[in-house]
Amino acid sequence: MIGSGQSPLTPHSHAEHDIALLWWVMFGVACVGLTFIAVLLLLGWIRRNRETLPFGGDERTATRLVVGLGIATPVILLSALFVWSDIFVIRSTAAPSPKSTALTVHVIGHQWFWEIRYDGVAGSTVNELHIPVRTRVDVIGTTADVIHSIWVPELNRKADVIPGRTSRLLLYADRVGTYLGQCSEFCGLQHAHMQLMVIAQPRAKFEEWLRSQGRPATATGGFALFQQKGCANCHAIRGTSANALVGPDLTHVAARQTLAAGTIPNDREHLREFIRDPQAIKPGAKMPQLPQAPSQTDALVRYLESLK
Amino acid sequence: MLGWLTTVDHKRIGLLYFFTSLAFLGAGGIEALLMRTQLAQPNGMLLSPETYNQLMTMHGVTMIFLFVIPMTTGAFGNYLLPLMLGARDMAFPRLNALSYWLFLGAGLFLYASVFMHTAPDCGWFCYTPLNTSSYDPGLNADFYALGLIFTSLSTSAGAINIIVTSFKLRAPGMSFNRMPLMVFALLAVSFSLIFALPPLTSDLVFLELQRKLGFHFFDAANGGDPLLWQHLFWLFGHPEVYIIILPAMGIATSIIPTFSRRKMIAFPLVALAELLVAFIGFGVWAHHMFATGLPIGVLIFFAAASMMVVIPSTIQIYAWLFTVNLGRPQFRAPLLFIGGFIALFVIGGLSGIMFAAIPFDQATTDTYFVVAHFHFIIFGAAVFPILGGMYYWFPKVTGRMYHERWAQASFWVTFVGTIVTFFPMHLVGLDGMTRRVYTYHSGFGWGTSNLVETIGAFVLTLGLLMIFGNLAWSRFNGPPSGPDPFHGGTLEWATSSPPPPYNFAVIPTVSTPYPNWDRSETVVDVGEGHETSTTTVRDGFVDEVVKMPSESGWPIVVAAVVSIFFVMLLTSHIYVAAIFAGLSTLALVGWHVHEPEQAS
Repeated sequence: MIGSGQSPLTPHSHAEHDIALLWWVMFGVACVGLTFIAVLLLLGWIRRNRETLPFGGDERTATRLVVGLGIATPVILLSALFVWSDIFVIRSTAAPSPKSTALTVHVIGHQWFWEIRYDGVAGSTVNELHIPVRTRVDVIGTTADVIHSIWVPELNRKADVIPGRTSRLLLYADRVGTYLGQCSEFCGLQHAHMQLMVIAQPRAKFEEWLRSQGRPATATGGFALFQQKGCANCHAIRGTSANALVGPDLTHVAARQTLAAGTIPNDREHLREFIRDPQAIKPGAKMPQLPQAPSQTDALVRYLESLK
Repeated sequence: MLGWLTTVDHKRIGLLYFFTSLAFLGAGGIEALLMRTQLAQPNGMLLSPETYNQLMTMHGVTMIFLFVIPMTTGAFGNYLLPLMLGARDMAFPRLNALSYWLFLGAGLFLYASVFMHTAPDCGWFCYTPLNTSSYDPGLNADFYALGLIFTSLSTSAGAINIIVTSFKLRAPGMSFNRMPLMVFALLAVSFSLIFALPPLTSDLVFLELQRKLGFHFFDAANGGDPLLWQHLFWLFGHPEVYIIILPAMGIATSIIPTFSRRKMIAFPLVALAELLVAFIGFGVWAHHMFATGLPIGVLIFFAAASMMVVIPSTIQIYAWLFTVNLGRPQFRAPLLFIGGFIALFVIGGLSGIMFAAIPFDQATTDTYFVVAHFHFIIFGAAVFPILGGMYYWFPKVTGRMYHERWAQASFWVTFVGTIVTFFPMHLVGLDGMTRRVYTYHSGFGWGTSNLVETIGAFVLTLGLLMIFGNLAWSRFNGPPSGPDPFHGGTLEWATSSPPPPYNFAVIPTVSTPYPNWDRSETVVDVGEGHETSTTTVRDGFVDEVVKMPSESGWPIVVAAVVSIFFVMLLTSHIYVAAIFAGLSTLALVGWHVHEPEQAS
């Protein structure tokens, strides 16, 4: 059961390895402690109606045991845990020094999607954070509205993004792959559907992807309808007159794997359903249902599918 | 009926608290079952996100503010404290009545929102800016803020009453070191409440000023800071955890000696530990904020304090266990519940320690691992002793015995239900399931655990129904219990069951912490009138005999006026609200001017 999807116990970075190790050691010690208490409870039950401790001894012995087990033992164990986790391990999950990283990415939380911007690259993408594999990436987190929290469990701890503040987080992936993450601070109606997907790629592929993201849209057929239906009031498509920043930048929407922050896969049927009635797919989302004829929906779908 | 409306008898007020908070337990339980049904399978369609968020928030608010606190301090505290101290009533009987009626008013106020479908929907800690008018334009967050201010009026009055009662109304000879451990726990809780509620109230007042009048306390764009909300909230919110669990520890220290048939070992250490839990509990709040990006030095300080608070708990756990092992324990239903409590408390405590390891906390906070942890603590560790305590003091309150075999069966059903409901939450949490989601995709593989949890929740409900069914049936059909069926050691067992309105015909004199086991011969006779003796704070020497106030209609009048005041604030009728604030002051004047003649 543990180890599918987005578990912090399937680590793919140094930081997350440390966190997972911390867990397994604490879990082991906790099992011993729980067993010890359970044995004492059971002894009380097995030896009910008898008037001594199982190994003899009187009230004074018992008080000494309370001091020894209740004070001395936890002091020793907790001190060890404190030094290990809060003095040493904390260094590997701390915010990285900017010099130690090779790439800076801005992640901006919105109700309910993640806006992603790369330094020196025009425009933005959403919900799918591409990074080069085995590279230290400095994530700078902010929010456009309420508090959200960036969490990609297999790669590192989480970082809350809070109005008026900037959070920093190291992302590093030790192998090529897709790592799921999710907003983990309650942020309103669609908190459940606010996925952040990290896609770790070989450096060359990543750079190719980044270049393509920077380019404006080339397709043109269908933009008039996009504008006429009011889509341009919220969405930007670089290379056109649509430049609103309320909803996700759609310049390369067809290149993304999911829609509505991981709510649905990005295929023709789901895209059509979402355009036709977004509130049925993601109730409470900021995208309103706009009146449209079926033929217009099809035209919008064709246009968006061309934005690769 | 009128007698109940004007009563100042701590036992009647305790029963009013009991039944009212039980009703709220029912409401909070139904909310939980609805959520569990929604989450039983991926992509559940039973609840809309809006409804789910309201249920989730009201479940937390109800269980904490309208069930556990009124049940422990209001019902158990009110009913038992004067009996355990050998007093005839609480120190301020009318204030006591007022705190009940305010609690009822606050509870009805909060639940009015549910019927209007504008219940609070921002989670029980309701982080800003999600709670501001921009993101929560309805009355939802106003119900939350005003409702909690309202409950804290009631709780503060109750806490002051408990402190003064345990300081001044102890039986002669009951010096501080001879107070029952349950009283130490209630005292620690009451001090915690007195210091923890002001930060919460400030926070909520700031929020209402921002929502209703456009202030900028939490508004980053205008120089405010959203983190201020979190600091003030958790400065209340973490002591609150100990406020919830300390009475449970007190109940455990009442039940364990009785059924182990010996006194608690390490009595002074346990008393000290209860006070220390409450004290250290004030220094750990920022461990709820480890992912907010606080400076590392701050994180380390709060992690260290969070580890320190473990020690008083381990002292108590071993003291309980060795008392059982050094006695001749009888595992009747109340002790079974305490055994279950210890097991669940240790599991919840061990997962709690893990959160003091900052990197692990930063990975698992706001996942179901946290939900598992705090339900083991709040349900397992706080509610199990309450349930055991209901059985334990049932004969005292009703004069009848509960059905022992059904009681033991109800323990096992509840215990198994609790484990099955909450244990799998650890697994889905470690599997990456975040808390407060109204649904989840099937691809994550969380479905099985969630289904098991939901089944567990219904088993747990069955267990609770068995308990209340047993108590209800035994209330009318149980055999007479006599004054002291379990041979308890504290003073509540020294009077008849149910106790007479004046509790003790003669005030007993005390020379040990277990006066019912070590009887003294001397007694102080204060007659059967409305009088009780006060004693000095430290040594428990007789101070003076004071007259107790008779019943009064003023408390319910004041509470009604205060309720209207809060409704007017809610609906933004500021001037009308001011009038009702003035009226409540007038009512307080009336309360004091018109002191009725002493009943004889």
